Amino acid sequence: MPDLLLELFSEEIPARMQAKAADDLRRMVTDKLVAEGLVYEGAKAFATPRRLALTVHGIPSRQPDLKTERRGPKMGAPDAAVQGFLKATGLTSLDEAKIQRDPKGDFYIALIEKPGRPAIDVLAEILPVIIRTFPWPKSMRWGARSGKPGSLNWVRPLHAINATFGLETEAPDVVKFSVDGIEAGQTTYGHRFMAPAAISVRRFEDYEAKLKAAKVILDPRARKDIILADARELAFAQGLELVEDQVLLDEVSGLVEWPVVMMGSFETEFLAIPDEVIRATIRNNQKCFVVRDPKTGKLTNKFVLTANIEAADGGKTIVAGNERVIRPRLSDAKFFYETDLKTKLEDRLPKFEQIVFHEKLGTQAERIERIERLAAEIAPLVGADVEKARRAAHLAKADLLTEVVGEFPEVQGLMGKYYALAQGEDASVAAACEEHYKPQGPGDRVPTDPVSVAVALADKIDTLVGFWAIDEKPTGSKDPYALRRAALGVIRMLISNNISLSLWDTFSNSVAIYRQSDNKAVIAGTDKWLEGGKQGESVRETLKRIAKGLGASGLQEFFADRLKVQLREQGARHDLVDAVFALGGQDDLLMIVRRVEALGKFLESDDGKNLLAGIKRASNILGIEEKKDKRSFEGAPEPALYNLSEEKALAKAIDEVKAEASAAVAKEDFASAMSAMAKLRPPVDAFFDKVRVNDEDAKVRENRLKLLNEIRSATRAVADFSKIQD
Amino acid sequence: MDASLPAHMRPERSFQGFILALQRFWAEQGCVILQPYDMEMGAGTFHPATTLRALGPKPWNAAYVQPSRRPKDGRYGENPNRMQHYYQFQVIMKPSPPNLQELYLKSLAAIGIDSAVHDIRFVEDDWESPTLGAWGLGWECWCDGMEVSQFTYFQQVAGFECAPVAGELTYGLERLAMYVQGVDRVYDLNFNGRDGEAKVTYGDVFLQAEREYSRHNFEVADTTMLFEQFKMAEAACKKYLDAGWQKNSESGKREAHLMALPAYDQCIKASHVFNLLDARGVISVTERQSYIFRVRELAKACGEAWMHTEAGGAA
Repeated sequence: MPDLLLELFSEEIPARMQAKAADDLRRMVTDKLVAEGLVYEGAKAFATPRRLALTVHGIPSRQPDLKTERRGPKMGAPDAAVQGFLKATGLTSLDEAKIQRDPKGDFYIALIEKPGRPAIDVLAEILPVIIRTFPWPKSMRWGARSGKPGSLNWVRPLHAINATFGLETEAPDVVKFSVDGIEAGQTTYGHRFMAPAAISVRRFEDYEAKLKAAKVILDPRARKDIILADARELAFAQGLELVEDQVLLDEVSGLVEWPVVMMGSFETEFLAIPDEVIRATIRNNQKCFVVRDPKTGKLTNKFVLTANIEAADGGKTIVAGNERVIRPRLSDAKFFYETDLKTKLEDRLPKFEQIVFHEKLGTQAERIERIERLAAEIAPLVGADVEKARRAAHLAKADLLTEVVGEFPEVQGLMGKYYALAQGEDASVAAACEEHYKPQGPGDRVPTDPVSVAVALADKIDTLVGFWAIDEKPTGSKDPYALRRAALGVIRMLISNNISLSLWDTFSNSVAIYRQSDNKAVIAGTDKWLEGGKQGESVRETLKRIAKGLGASGLQEFFADRLKVQLREQGARHDLVDAVFALGGQDDLLMIVRRVEALGKFLESDDGKNLLAGIKRASNILGIEEKKDKRSFEGAPEPALYNLSEEKALAKAIDEVKAEASAAVAKEDFASAMSAMAKLRPPVDAFFDKVRVNDEDAKVRENRLKLLNEIRSATRAVADFSKIQD
Repeated sequence: MDASLPAHMRPERSFQGFILALQRFWAEQGCVILQPYDMEMGAGTFHPATTLRALGPKPWNAAYVQPSRRPKDGRYGENPNRMQHYYQFQVIMKPSPPNLQELYLKSLAAIGIDSAVHDIRFVEDDWESPTLGAWGLGWECWCDGMEVSQFTYFQQVAGFECAPVAGELTYGLERLAMYVQGVDRVYDLNFNGRDGEAKVTYGDVFLQAEREYSRHNFEVADTTMLFEQFKMAEAACKKYLDAGWQKNSESGKREAHLMALPAYDQCIKASHVFNLLDARGVISVTERQSYIFRVRELAKACGEAWMHTEAGGAA
């Protein structure tokens, strides 16, 4: 079966857009082929800086014929109806129609055969549409045609379209179409400098081979392999090691059609700059790789560049040129770094008074002040030294105002740490300057040093409470202030560091700090949270007492949802998570997680499974009887009404288990609480074996139902078992 | 490169020879070679030969040097390549010719950059000027890892779609000349291509100016006067725009504009005054946005007026 070759030859396509464009081209063409009844065998797409290419092989040479039946009028219908039917179906007379019997009578049926069209004609129809509607993230007009409406939009000027279709054994045909004055043909061009001449191409195999001969490697994966292998080799030859960088590799491979990898060097004096700054300078500005010494792990004064040409002088000029560019860049970086070192971090802080963090949440200076106070309150709860936490929060944002961070935003935090160490700060304080931003995403490291944890929590909670107070919550896919990430960060820090902390208390403290700092927007936004406050009571007392105030903010629920997502992603059963959340009033995330874990383990044991069955049975019976009597059976059972030993045994067990389980829960020992629960199983089983709940004596029946209700309430010490699925 | 040139005129020896080589090359491509616009501006794009001529349907091919003033970039002459005053070489071709990339590469050859030994690349760089209400797509052009030019297909200028699209090239002259001459400090550039006593360097011409203007821009520039000048330029621009509209005597519809260029001068002025105020650090972050917005509104109104003039209107 025939193959399609399509090439769209243009001026340089941005590196970051190439992979998706190749994929879009493949998807759009093959989807359309299938929709036209042309089921192909395989398709591959490629991109270089100057071309998108697609090969689709095994396309049938024609569409299948399409047969459809169309029901017409009844036999003997008026002539107008018959004529209409003939016209619509293209039949010349009713003799060409079949007759179909039907309980309602005999009907004419027309058999319409739509012959399939040659695939090349279908292609000539669909390809221009795909080119005109191609989803570039940004596209443009150009040239004389751009003066008229309806001119083509492409990522950069499109110069040629090649489209051939045919069998391997024959000379293929050109798919005849044109887009905005560009006729499809079979002429492409090689490397811009090394082989710019026109090349006549027939099909994918000779296309790819001829391009290679013309110094163009079509497949981006092949270009990446070459760059990576050559870069490693160059480093290895000098006893060094390439600092691999996938994102940079992807980008660089999209900037060349013929990668030529070379090594350059810079003056060793620049190695006095932190490695990360050297790397950022060389990577961001020059798109070069850096190289480390495998023995020390430190960078060396070498870099690896990828040129797009085999230069006439072997690359000497190119290496020298790149070295000349890198030198002033590193010189700037060194100057920035040394300048930064001359100013103490705290001396930069006054400038934050001029910088607005958020129109309603105040300046950066106000924000830092709040984070300091909150961090000092959180510190003892996470085992951090209060003064160190306060100091760390004081300095943590200061590096935003340094020259190096201004130039390379990706080293924010890290530079703070270096500058803090350089001015003799405590190691924990310095570490917190970097770590308090973490975790940035689900894959990022979680800080563990208590000082870092205190500042990181304070920073994130200040942000969350503030944006909640001014009602700037994430909606749908919109989360401009990354509040989901902040909440998830809080959750991960608490759980992985085993920190038990009341979220409500912490939120209350944050609200109080905002209000004390006289933040008008937050005061206005939180007034409603404080409704029900008593005379002489402080903000935090009120909020802690009437937890519903914060409940109304929705922040608690937001955390619960984030936690559920997180636990589910880790494989916890969502019904167990729901069973624990259904208890309500929980604001210690660590305890919630522990409960879910203990519950999961318990339910895997026989005791757990049987007890769950017993509780479910009790709940079912209660549910039915409650419905029947239209009442609940709350309240203590009357011991005098027990007349079977199993009733007494169960009542006794419930009392014991309740006491034991709550004691264990109070000690946060959920495993023991579960073992205590397990003791309920024999008396519950025995009760259902021997006791008929629906006794004829209404009082006895009511009492037994109350006893069943007690089972349910006893187990609520650990979870709402009714939410658990079998 | 023209081999018949005397040594002191060769682009790799002489800064002025370098400029002359570029002018000559683009003159041969049919561009009119203009002289710099006689007002202070931040980039060659502000020259009416680019901003205004990019609008409207009429063909336009021009090239010129434009001294560019970026008050904030001053370094008192102490940075090897950052200055508050430097030269841009600007080429504008409307509609953009199909071989603009090839022409650009040939222009590099004309100033001594041989594409057989250098690594020349077109790296994505979208251009946007918030003050001019303009944007385009294109590249920064790299030579051996150094950005040497900006290449843009204008899509919109002064808030109006470019129809047809103009291609714009901007060469950073000092940086390119430093590369070609092989010097690491801009002030060491050989300006006139002569040796010994007769040699004049870039530093001889501009170092004192860099020191003086850095002091002026950062420390002394009279901000009270500048605030006033901004307001006056803004008001004058609006006034000239109003006065320039010629309306249909019956329908009152605007039909033609008779003073787009003088009005646009005031927009250029406002923009430069804003840059000076910004360098003096007297404009806060929020005010900054509003000043940029005000200049953009002027630029848009001038663009609209221009499109109702003879050179900017329908053919």
